[in-house]
Amino acid sequence: MVPEADTAADAALLGDLRGVVGDRARDNDFERGLYSRDGSIEGSLPAIVCLPETAAEVAEIVGVCRRHSRPFLARGSGTGLAGGAVPVGRPVVVATAKMDRIIEVDVDNRVAWVEPGVLNLDLSRALTPLGFHFAPDPSSQQVCSLGGNIANNSGGPHCLAYGVTTAHIAALEVVLPSGETTMLGGVDAEPPGLDLRGLFVGSEGTMGIATKAAVRLTPNAPSVRTLLLDFDDVSEGSAAVSAIIAAGLVPSALEMMDQRAIEIVEAFAHAGYPTEAAAVLLVELDGLPGGVSAGVEIIREVAEQYHAGHVRVAADDAERALLWKGRKNAFGAVARIKPDYYLHDTVVPRSRLTEVLDQVYRIADAYDLIAVNVFHAGDGNLHPILAFDRREPGVDERVKAAGRDIVAASIAAGGVLSGEHGIGLEKRDYMGMLFSAHDMYTQDLVRETFDPDGFANPLKVIPSGSRCSDSFHQHVPEGAWV
Amino acid sequence: MSSGTGPAEVSASLAARIDPAVTEFAREVGASDPITVVGTRTHWHVGGELAAGTREIRAPAGVWEHEPSEMTVRCGAATSVGELSAHLAQTGQMIPLDPADDAATVGGVLACGFSGHRRLRYGHVRDLVLQTRHVDATGKVVTAGGPTVKNVSGYDLPRLLVGSLGTLGLLAEVILRTLPVPPAAQWLHGDGDPFAAFDLLYRPSSVLWDGTQAWILLEGDPSDVAAEAARVEPLGFGPTTDAPHVPATGRESMRPSDLRTLAGTGGGWLAEVGVGLVHRVEPVDAGPVAPANAALMTELKQRLDPAGRLNPGRSAW
Repeated sequence: MVPEADTAADAALLGDLRGVVGDRARDNDFERGLYSRDGSIEGSLPAIVCLPETAAEVAEIVGVCRRHSRPFLARGSGTGLAGGAVPVGRPVVVATAKMDRIIEVDVDNRVAWVEPGVLNLDLSRALTPLGFHFAPDPSSQQVCSLGGNIANNSGGPHCLAYGVTTAHIAALEVVLPSGETTMLGGVDAEPPGLDLRGLFVGSEGTMGIATKAAVRLTPNAPSVRTLLLDFDDVSEGSAAVSAIIAAGLVPSALEMMDQRAIEIVEAFAHAGYPTEAAAVLLVELDGLPGGVSAGVEIIREVAEQYHAGHVRVAADDAERALLWKGRKNAFGAVARIKPDYYLHDTVVPRSRLTEVLDQVYRIADAYDLIAVNVFHAGDGNLHPILAFDRREPGVDERVKAAGRDIVAASIAAGGVLSGEHGIGLEKRDYMGMLFSAHDMYTQDLVRETFDPDGFANPLKVIPSGSRCSDSFHQHVPEGAWV
Repeated sequence: MSSGTGPAEVSASLAARIDPAVTEFAREVGASDPITVVGTRTHWHVGGELAAGTREIRAPAGVWEHEPSEMTVRCGAATSVGELSAHLAQTGQMIPLDPADDAATVGGVLACGFSGHRRLRYGHVRDLVLQTRHVDATGKVVTAGGPTVKNVSGYDLPRLLVGSLGTLGLLAEVILRTLPVPPAAQWLHGDGDPFAAFDLLYRPSSVLWDGTQAWILLEGDPSDVAAEAARVEPLGFGPTTDAPHVPATGRESMRPSDLRTLAGTGGGWLAEVGVGLVHRVEPVDAGPVAPANAALMTELKQRLDPAGRLNPGRSAW
């Protein structure tokens, strides 16, 4: 059973953690409340929050947790959307915010050594003068941490051409759930043995805590063009997406917004988005100038074939930035219609986009919710936003039920549970929609290799009961909304 | 309200998607005796000698599904790279697996985890794998990853399987990401400084160096290929029609910056500049694995194949 709030046990644990990090171990109600939630709609209180400054402190914190039989949970900026950083089982939260140094930029090896608390955009800004950037660019990139990106194998608009986080992590220093520290992967070409690095990236904190990473540097493209296409019909916009890809182009980004998204984004960004359009495509091409120019011509042809109203090519960096400003801040702009929103993340084959979007609208209507769609169309990564007002009685249940139906519809269309947000708590119990019981059993066998006793971020990713051995905390605490 | 597709129905439809050839392969693998999968034996000696008496079987072969606008292809693990490439070429697509001998099977290349000479541009082969179906030591089919180009559903077993030499599970079927064949490709050759050339160029596909000469592969729009070639012309690089021969016996893993230390060390090798891989004519021992990592690898093997029946005698580290 989960320990109910056991004051004596918590006090002893706090005493030992203070011995490691001093007053950076906190148990006041304000900070526990602060760390009880992430970007999802879940929440549950941790016992204690620690703010280590070094990898050695992280290892000692893990050691203390083991001695006290208490789970731990690494946390970056808390922007995750699947509940991966929501404390379950009164754990010790290990917040990496103070581990925020860019240790070394090694241009010769095209990597930067960073601590997990470095913010995604801060790294790219630091690399700009050298002609490089870090390719994964989640919408939250101004505030999300690289440690969080690693835990969730994060994506972003530009992953269409450059790949998600795992393709950009060469090496990882991690504190294992045993308390041991080790380096996974390496800056050399083919580190020997199994790819433990690849297994760790995206494991949502259930295999240990990353304390340092060598992330790959991507050279900035010499030429970039950003285009905006508008359509009277969502299905023609979706068909244009497939046509662009089928024509042999791999745009660096290929984003779609529906009419409601266009309206709310235009109202605050004033980017000149055509508010009368049913859908717009934001397309970015980068690379060497010849390929980019040829790509612009192909997109013009596709636009004509699928009856796009206009093809607007950003004239300069300022206009490019304006077009992106709308896209990158779309989620926040939803507040114009409702105070709360629930952001979904599924992937479907590109050819099924129109059909699944139709289903999303119908599901939202059926639950009396408002659906807004802003998403990575190029890789079929849907991000339906369900806008709602939490003060309406019973709305939470409707939001969750609608989310479940959207996941089911995506999988029925040949898609997957999540493209970039992860499984966390949000989709843990949906894993059975995609995987057989034996698939999940195998995944859990692999997780257990790293963490046989279930100390690291318990109860995430795999539904409990996939293995027979439910350990001491493998139950949802009373009152936790999971 | 219900959309009419509950978890049970969805799972059922996924199970129904398992190809009969994969089911048959699982039956053949069974659950008891020592077993290995034979492809075309192009990489047969990687990872050590197989224990005597190990039963040999073949994985399913064939390109089963290719939807050009999805940029994905599903095929049996025993499909040869040559057959897959020929199939994809019909619609202007490719997968840069690039084994030395394209009789090599897709499953073999992935089991070895050997990227080809265009890794500099296209990344490691593991980054091309979207979904795997393997048969485990109990003879059951395990699906991991997913069919779409982007996916973070569950643990990344496909990356664990790539490079595991069939010691954790036997690949039956994979879904891979495809890429458009670039409109132009040009090899350059010369005796200039390959490191300087690499710094000058924007994402070249390959920069190979044997200590005295270097070869550079440029791919892309014809005008870009010409312009990039002109940038390194002053360094002493000019067009050639011949790709270099890549020694296929030993693979030495170095940090890209350490390749410079190879200068003046004679012949018998070809290095991938920017990647750090050195192909040698003689075998190379893999470097040591850190004790904590070796313990995890041993434990993974123990959990996934407790009787040690999958490719006995071979080890990935």
